[in-house]
Amino acid sequence: MTKEIINVKNLRVAYGDFVLFDDINFTVNEKDVFIIMGASGCGKSSMLRVLTGLVTPVRGQVLIDGEDFAQATPEQKIDIMKGCGVMYQGGALFSSMTLKENVAMPLDLYSNYSPKEIDEIASYKLALTGLHGFDDFYPSEISGGMKKRAALARALALDPKILYCDEPSAGLDPISSKRLDDLIQELNQSLGTTFVIVTHELQSIFNIGTNSIYLDNKTKNITGRGNPNDLLKNPPNDNIREFLTRGTNK
Amino acid sequence: MTVRLIKNNNETVLLFSSVEDQIDDASCQEILDYLRNKKPKVVYAESKQQQFDTSLNAELFSWYQKICDLQLDFNLKRLPKNARELLNLAMKPANTPPQQSVKKVSQLERLGKFGYDVFLQVKKATDFVKSSFVSLGRFINGKAIYRKKDFWFIFEDCSYKAIGITSLVSFLVGLILAFVGAMQLRTFGAGIYVASMVALGMTRIMAAIMVGIIMAGRTGSSYAATLGTMQVNEEIDALKTLGIKVTDYLVTPRLVSLILTIPFLTLLADALGILGGTVVGVGFLGISPTTYYEYSFKALKLTNILVGLLHSLVYGFIIAISGCYEGLNAGRDADAVGKATTSAVVVSLVWMIVATGILTVILEVLHI
Repeated sequence: MTKEIINVKNLRVAYGDFVLFDDINFTVNEKDVFIIMGASGCGKSSMLRVLTGLVTPVRGQVLIDGEDFAQATPEQKIDIMKGCGVMYQGGALFSSMTLKENVAMPLDLYSNYSPKEIDEIASYKLALTGLHGFDDFYPSEISGGMKKRAALARALALDPKILYCDEPSAGLDPISSKRLDDLIQELNQSLGTTFVIVTHELQSIFNIGTNSIYLDNKTKNITGRGNPNDLLKNPPNDNIREFLTRGTNK
Repeated sequence: MTVRLIKNNNETVLLFSSVEDQIDDASCQEILDYLRNKKPKVVYAESKQQQFDTSLNAELFSWYQKICDLQLDFNLKRLPKNARELLNLAMKPANTPPQQSVKKVSQLERLGKFGYDVFLQVKKATDFVKSSFVSLGRFINGKAIYRKKDFWFIFEDCSYKAIGITSLVSFLVGLILAFVGAMQLRTFGAGIYVASMVALGMTRIMAAIMVGIIMAGRTGSSYAATLGTMQVNEEIDALKTLGIKVTDYLVTPRLVSLILTIPFLTLLADALGILGGTVVGVGFLGISPTTYYEYSFKALKLTNILVGLLHSLVYGFIIAISGCYEGLNAGRDADAVGKATTSAVVVSLVWMIVATGILTVILEVLHI
């Protein structure tokens, strides 16, 4: 039986008078690879900022494992976020730290492991993301794709239940992008981590997405939801059809 | 978590389990020594646990590497499926393997490389100074491409916005100079000459040096930080690809602003330094204000003021060039911007001292 891990109810996000979305409702099930998609400017990244607590909604609830994250106090948010990892679009690795130190940082802060164990876990997480042997490299010494992998390793450091990824394939060549998608899929299957991914890369959407929502920048609401491949077969509206079939002859 | 070595009749088994205690280095070494000496055909990994947590997975990964290094066969069949899958994922070779051991180089080679690097650095800096001069020429001829709005913003930042800190520091330097001088001069009844000493010292060199130090700290570092951040954001690359000369667009406005404003700040520092000296002369030594200023003006010579202004112009040039050079040559991360900022200040100060030494010798030779 599938269990709901994120439940967004009646969400309204606004910056002053500018309403970004209104009355948004969706649920993410455990072990889903959930895609938030939409055209540029529809608020995908803002939605992720709401889900990760960086933006407080004007109204509504974001229930993570039953706990209301949107209205939580800063301390409660920190506690809830310990169960979540975030992989930022540019990696957001700390340039003055080696890859291993980057991954070890959340473990240092929030775990009770001994320094030796933290060292081993950091190496292991890097190996899990295909960066075995790059422990002592600095972010400036590795490629863009590897930075994304290192960011993923850091996001995985605390064994999160939910992993949020902002445009994981952005700026990557098709091969690196495919490898990253494969990695996300493998991690989803072997670790059971729920992935919430913001992207507009069609290949990633169809390859790894098990569920999705489509944010429309005109209606400021969700105009399509479900498995991306099902949405492609039966698009609920022209915008979604155009979005999902761009670059093809369908 | 812990690892125990079990020796059955024909099998060597490593038993992994999550318990509070951790395997210590000595026991770990003991197991490795045993495996190294006995060289069993297969080492079986086993666990009574069905769920492996992260630390146990990490321990398994670490042992897998150690056993592979010993070139022994590590059999994982007895482990839970999930642990095996994750280990296989971790052991997948990296797409781009890390570079292996760096080639060893001899001392002589290293020295040669160091010399060549220094040569390249000097050449790069010299080229930058040269192209800055060319851009300055283009600026004077009105041919340089830059935004006037940016220029006035930079000009504003190193002109009236620097007056507060310059005034305070110069006043205090004049005060300290007078106080330290007074202590000595008073011992042989020459306290009145404090006025001459402060006037001469401030106008000839002290004011220029103090303004130079202040401007290196506040303006030079800000130039390096701004341009360094532009480098990180690829704005410099964008300017280059747009065909805009970086020295025209970014360096010249900063250089001209500083060269134009620093002499005025130095004149202000001269005046406030003398005022600081007056406070000590009048308040501490009991000299009347009229007498104090009489001696001060006697010591003031146009040549000394001009020498001070010449120094300030040179310092302005050094600060602007160092700040811009370090910023434009910063790396592409946040740490690099910090390093560039520090470097800009340190390099400015070092070159200011060198320039002071050279100018002093030249002025001495010319009897100025």
